[in-house]
Amino acid sequence: MIYIENLTKLYASTPAVDDISFEVETGEILGFLGPNGAGKTTTMKMITCYMPPTHGRIKIAGYDVFTDSLEVRKRIGYLPENAPLYDDMNVLEYLKFVAELRGIRGHEKSSRMKKMIEVTALGDVLHKDIGELSKGFRQRVGLAQAMIHDPDILVLDEPTSGLDPNQIVDIRDLIRRLGEEKTVILSTHILPEVQATCDRVLIINRGKLVADGTPEELQSSFQGAEKLRVEFKAADRDAISSRLKELSQVRSVNDVSQSQQSYSAAFIVELEKGSDIREEIFRLAVQENWVLLEMYKEQASLENVFRELTV
Amino acid sequence: MSNILTILKKEFKSYFNSAIAYIFITVFLLITGWFFVSDLFLANQASLRGPLSIIPLIFIFFIPGISMRLISEERKSGTIELLVTMPVKDHEIILGKYFAALALLFAAVLSTFPYVMTISILGEVDGGVIFGQYLGMLLMGAAYLAIGTFASSMTRNQIVAFITSFLLVFIFFLIGKMLVFLPTSLVAIAEYISIDFHFENLVRGVVDSRDMIYYFSLISFFLLLSFRALGSRKWK
Ligand SMILES: Nc1ncnc2c1ncn2[C@@H]1O[C@H](COP(=O)(O)OP(=O)(O)OP(=O)(O)O)[C@@H](O)[C@H]1O
Ligand SMILES: [Mg+2]
Repeated sequence: MIYIENLTKLYASTPAVDDISFEVETGEILGFLGPNGAGKTTTMKMITCYMPPTHGRIKIAGYDVFTDSLEVRKRIGYLPENAPLYDDMNVLEYLKFVAELRGIRGHEKSSRMKKMIEVTALGDVLHKDIGELSKGFRQRVGLAQAMIHDPDILVLDEPTSGLDPNQIVDIRDLIRRLGEEKTVILSTHILPEVQATCDRVLIINRGKLVADGTPEELQSSFQGAEKLRVEFKAADRDAISSRLKELSQVRSVNDVSQSQQSYSAAFIVELEKGSDIREEIFRLAVQENWVLLEMYKEQASLENVFRELTV
Repeated sequence: MSNILTILKKEFKSYFNSAIAYIFITVFLLITGWFFVSDLFLANQASLRGPLSIIPLIFIFFIPGISMRLISEERKSGTIELLVTMPVKDHEIILGKYFAALALLFAAVLSTFPYVMTISILGEVDGGVIFGQYLGMLLMGAAYLAIGTFASSMTRNQIVAFITSFLLVFIFFLIGKMLVFLPTSLVAIAEYISIDFHFENLVRGVVDSRDMIYYFSLISFFLLLSFRALGSRKWK
């Protein structure tokens, strides 16, 4: 659906996007991650035909963004960063304006508008001027206009910024549902959001693509060592710690018990890569008569992956 | 075509959402009305000559005020990004906006129609002359607006847009007033470029195709420049 080849954008000879290539399939939700100034917005502006690439090519549904821009624009719904909207129009007028520019007419126009007002929960502010809306409502109007023509491709630059927690959940659900048949590219700084909504993640840093994969793939490939968290009902902490250290394949044992909670003893056990000694720990506990409260493998969080790649 | 209409309607409405439209029409009527009435009572003359003598000057100040926001405001607020990434062609954006400003100008000019009625009650009306006079006002305004649209398409700052179009319009106006200082070889050219010269022709009731061609070329030229300025985002 989206095909990007050697994409480069120079701003006065400084690259904002530097030789990026990737493809996105129909039905894929792609999360764009990267620190401030990484080039996420710039890439989106090129995909949506706002500005041309300095080098490289972008093809959307077989159309080149530069030579067949109109065909591409028909198929894309775009929410730019900070939702730039006309402050002097009210919400209803604005949605009508966008629907007409999108070529939606007559009965379909009112039904699409109604649908968008429903999914973005704009019912209470329809007659308010956009300039008077709170940031979150403004963002919702931006989302409504992006989806009003039911586009095949959605490009959303920080879609949940400024939304309240209830709306964030609703919008993520909406994006997930849309993502079943459509292609969605979204950028965000909220890493749990990526885990909650995206099928695939691209991390860019200083204009370069530094990671590409599912959230799980990225997590496991960046896991330095396996970590287990185990917690026992209060007992002699030092004794447990030293017994755990004696187990094979254990690199280190860290006591992470909270001092005020004297009834439990918790440890992070770091293991050799690829090993799993949960069974041994269980047997040890049985043998020593320790009461095991909790034991799980700690995932390298996406945060760790992100920091590793971009700091 | 329907995109032009959609943009036209939106822009026209936003003139009335802000105070611009009301201020423009009111002040326009007050000034022209003053000249009309003073001609009527002081010179005992029922004609449009009074208002027409002041209109080129009114337009120089007011028309840049109408056109300054057209595109620069979209640049400033970033809405231009959404507008040009919709399936709308650049010329539809320019024309929709230009026609909206033109519609406001028409509304202001046509609201002077009570003067014509007064003249027709008090004396003889030459339909041809009145037609020429109105055509003159509209074409001159339309040309100034095209210049203003161009100025607005160049910058994200409305004040800069205002000053640029004011200066450009002023140059076109001034050329006509400077003819006496020019060497004779240049007079014909300067006369042709001057907006005032063509305006005077129409106001006398002479509707000549040369004057029409002049105005339409001027309008097309500046709208084409605006189109190019809007398209500059696509330069690699
Ligand atoms: N119009 C411009 N002129 C010059 N440089 C620009 C322009 N727009 C962006 N840049 C530069 O391009 C780089 C990438 O910016 P971009 O807005 O794409 O980052 P981003 O990944 O979206 O960041 P953020 O997370 O802060 O939104 C930055 O270094 C920025 O300063
Ligand atoms: Mg950005």
